[in-house]
Amino acid sequence: MAVDALPDPSLRITPRRLGRNVLRSNPIIAIAVICLVVIVLMAIFAPLISPHDPQLLAPAQRLKPASADYPLGTDAFGRDVLSRIIYGGRVSLLIGLGSAVFSVAIGLLIGLVSGFFKWVDAIMMRIMDGLMAIPAILLAIAVVSLSGASLMTVLVAITIPEVPRVARLVRSVVLTAREEPYVEAAISVGSSLPKIMWRHLVPNTVAPLIVQGTYVCASAILVEAILSFLGCGISPEIPTWGNIMAEGRAFFQIKPSLIFWPGLMLSIAILSVNLIGDAARDALDPRMKQREARP
Amino acid sequence: MLGYLIRRILAAIPVMGVVALFVFLLLRLTPGDPAAILAGDNATPEQLDRIRTSLGLNEPLYTQFFTWIAKLLHGDFGVSLISNVPVITMISNRIEPTISIAIATIIFTVIVAVPLGVIAAWKHGTWIDRFVMALSVIGFSVPVFVIGYVLIQVFAIDLRWLPVQGYRSFARGFGPFFERIALPTLTLSFIYIALIARMTRAAMLDVLDEDYIRTARAKGIAEHGVLLRHALRNAAVPVITVIGTGFALLISGVVVTETVFNLPGIGRLTVDAVLARDYPVIQAMILLTSGIYVGVNLLIDLSYTLLDPRIRY
Repeated sequence: MAVDALPDPSLRITPRRLGRNVLRSNPIIAIAVICLVVIVLMAIFAPLISPHDPQLLAPAQRLKPASADYPLGTDAFGRDVLSRIIYGGRVSLLIGLGSAVFSVAIGLLIGLVSGFFKWVDAIMMRIMDGLMAIPAILLAIAVVSLSGASLMTVLVAITIPEVPRVARLVRSVVLTAREEPYVEAAISVGSSLPKIMWRHLVPNTVAPLIVQGTYVCASAILVEAILSFLGCGISPEIPTWGNIMAEGRAFFQIKPSLIFWPGLMLSIAILSVNLIGDAARDALDPRMKQREARP
Repeated sequence: MLGYLIRRILAAIPVMGVVALFVFLLLRLTPGDPAAILAGDNATPEQLDRIRTSLGLNEPLYTQFFTWIAKLLHGDFGVSLISNVPVITMISNRIEPTISIAIATIIFTVIVAVPLGVIAAWKHGTWIDRFVMALSVIGFSVPVFVIGYVLIQVFAIDLRWLPVQGYRSFARGFGPFFERIALPTLTLSFIYIALIARMTRAAMLDVLDEDYIRTARAKGIAEHGVLLRHALRNAAVPVITVIGTGFALLISGVVVTETVFNLPGIGRLTVDAVLARDYPVIQAMILLTSGIYVGVNLLIDLSYTLLDPRIRY
């Protein structure tokens, strides 16, 4: 009897091949990835590539137009705008990444426990509903206004409103997965609870969490910029895209580029992360392709 | 229906309770003396004492909480630490610009976004569809204040069609009022249009695959009749739901938009309160906006029975 040949190894789907297919079928994603990589590299190598010290005050050079020495001109304190924009990416990316990691970690823990224990669920979900009812920006500015604006408090302030969304997502995945026969089997053979969670439930949450994590990252970058723009964010001398724009507000009619350049960088960064999130969602869950519901 | 209404309202109580508890504990559990946090580094002992008395910080925590809740239930949101004016008066003095742009935004968004979503789903896969989707991704990604400044640059500075900033009350004539809320409304609508066009498209795509749409077409009903009477009505429930959940976006957007356009609304009031650490104002704003959010979503839940006769409570 002829035995079916094993599939040709060259046809197997590997992460690298999946990535390549996504990039080939959707060139916009390739552009988004390139933009994000460039922004990340700029942030990492900021001290090497910025032409000036981003915090160096030069009152004689205030509000200068673009020139060979200052490619994007200077701000109201005579600081080089290009250098400040290059350094500004550091805070945005750090907050975006940090908020994604922390909200996913905390949300995963809450969601797992809530999905498994009914009494925890009843309490936890009421708390999550309450937190979700508070507009994220208001919650964040309230936290920052009381604790003072350091990198850490801004990160905490931005992460708190994201946690309920992640927790609810994980909980819904766990509630579905725990009815599956393999989980029931694991319970009936007496596997320990941590083992059931780690081996059988967590793997189910990975794909949706990757997608949710990228959206959290984009939203955190946006909220950080809004906080800085409103004057409630990280201290103004530290360059962040929101801070540069906040300082440019007073000089908008004289020098609109103080708002447009950081605004452009911010938009490109958020757009890239969002597009990568959309692509990840399409690749990981083709059923979601048409729905695109993101409250 | 009445039973459902009562249950739904009762379910909103713990949500608002959590919001209140959060707001209450946020000040009390922040490390350090709450009065010193609010008064800043250069406060005199008299100022600290005044804040402690004003917020009842000398009482035990649970007494503070129940006194505070009792006052809230009587409509007493406390007194501003800076101006000594009751918070509720401050809010009611500043609410007109905010309500104006919020209502204008919702109307404008629905007029623009729903047709965009319907056309995108109808012309699924064509350039129109791709255009609407691209617009919605961009709407999500470009921050509100960037859009605001681009619009100011184009319409107020370059074209000189509209004033740059400021507000005129509706009572002083529709023309000046409209001129000044046009740009803020357009700014705030951008992200909301992105959200609702996207959702309308997705809901319509789901519905357009249904058998009754094929039947309607087979009966020879004109295409606009199929789209509007048969498809859109059935797609309305998810769209209305997103209008409700998107309300949080609107509230956050208002804070930023009012700063960009220098509007004297409650968004600006909140930012000023945060910068001055005027905590009674901040907590009132959080309670108010969360209450509105919960209320709007309650109304939307109830509207389902009107939109979809299959839904019975």
